[in-house]
Amino acid sequence: MTLFDIISIVVSVLLLVIAFLALNSKKLINAIVFLSGLSMLAVVAFVLMKAPDVALTEAVIGSGLVTSLFIFTLLSVKKGEAK
Amino acid sequence: MKNFLALALTLFLGVLLILSLTGNTQFTTFGTDNTDNRVSSEYISKGAAVAIIYGVTNDPESGPANIVTSIVVDYRSFDTLGEVTVLFISALGVALLIGSGAKQKRLSLNFKPNFMLRVGSRALFGIIMMTGVYITLHGHLTPGGGFPGGAMIASSILLLYLADDEFRSKIKGFKILEGAAGSLYVILGLLGLVLATYFLQNFLPNGTVGNLFSSGIIPIVYILIGLKVGSEISGVIDNFLTEEDAL
Repeated sequence: MTLFDIISIVVSVLLLVIAFLALNSKKLINAIVFLSGLSMLAVVAFVLMKAPDVALTEAVIGSGLVTSLFIFTLLSVKKGEAK
Repeated sequence: MKNFLALALTLFLGVLLILSLTGNTQFTTFGTDNTDNRVSSEYISKGAAVAIIYGVTNDPESGPANIVTSIVVDYRSFDTLGEVTVLFISALGVALLIGSGAKQKRLSLNFKPNFMLRVGSRALFGIIMMTGVYITLHGHLTPGGGFPGGAMIASSILLLYLADDEFRSKIKGFKILEGAAGSLYVILGLLGLVLATYFLQNFLPNGTVGNLFSSGIIPIVYILIGLKVGSEISGVIDNFLTEEDAL
């Protein structure tokens, strides 16, 4: 077992755990935050698999843009419900 | 019960994957494979008999130092044109669904942007924008390129939306920029057809591998893709962050 293997296994297990949490959280905002964390861990996984291109794109799109778009959609939906 | 079933199904699929991959002659141990047997070795050697050396090799078949770029924007440039079209269609769909012709204003948030948010967004805007431009410009030398660079530019625009209440009125030019960049990509391809033999052919000299000004039309194409993706995703963000003015 090299250090690389151990890090890979830890990252994979954390990916599964965070995906489970994102699916099962009661509040939508928590699910969005977990999804962002999932993207961030996926970036680590992509770097471990020596795919820096994919990691870069995932970092920008997955944890940056998609998270913010989800949050703003949630905000405007809540505003619509309050009316 | 539902979660338990999902876990069992996931574990079953995982075991199935591992069982099918262990001892499979098609999938060797990670890192030990000879890529010549997997990826077409033409793409790696770029049609040259000798190895490509960074900073030395002059005018190879395909210029980029980054092999992903040489496949994505040189050998398979037509596919990239299709990808850009897919992004354009999704931006169009978002605009049709939630944009409207009525007078619009920025989504009014429950919180007022305070001093820290405004100043911090402006400070970070420059850094993120610069990283995006760097990644777009060096697409043929380093990992990345037009798509991640453009997305980074768009996320810096998102910060400006957060910081500035009146920002929305200043970005009318984005739609023109997007259309112009997309058309220029196709025109560049047609120029290849006219000046050389086929669509999107690299008709400029390739130069030395590793120089900023090298690999012919590839930096130009990546700059166009970066502008197009950046303005397209900014348009999507604009559609998400506006609502009809209730006047």
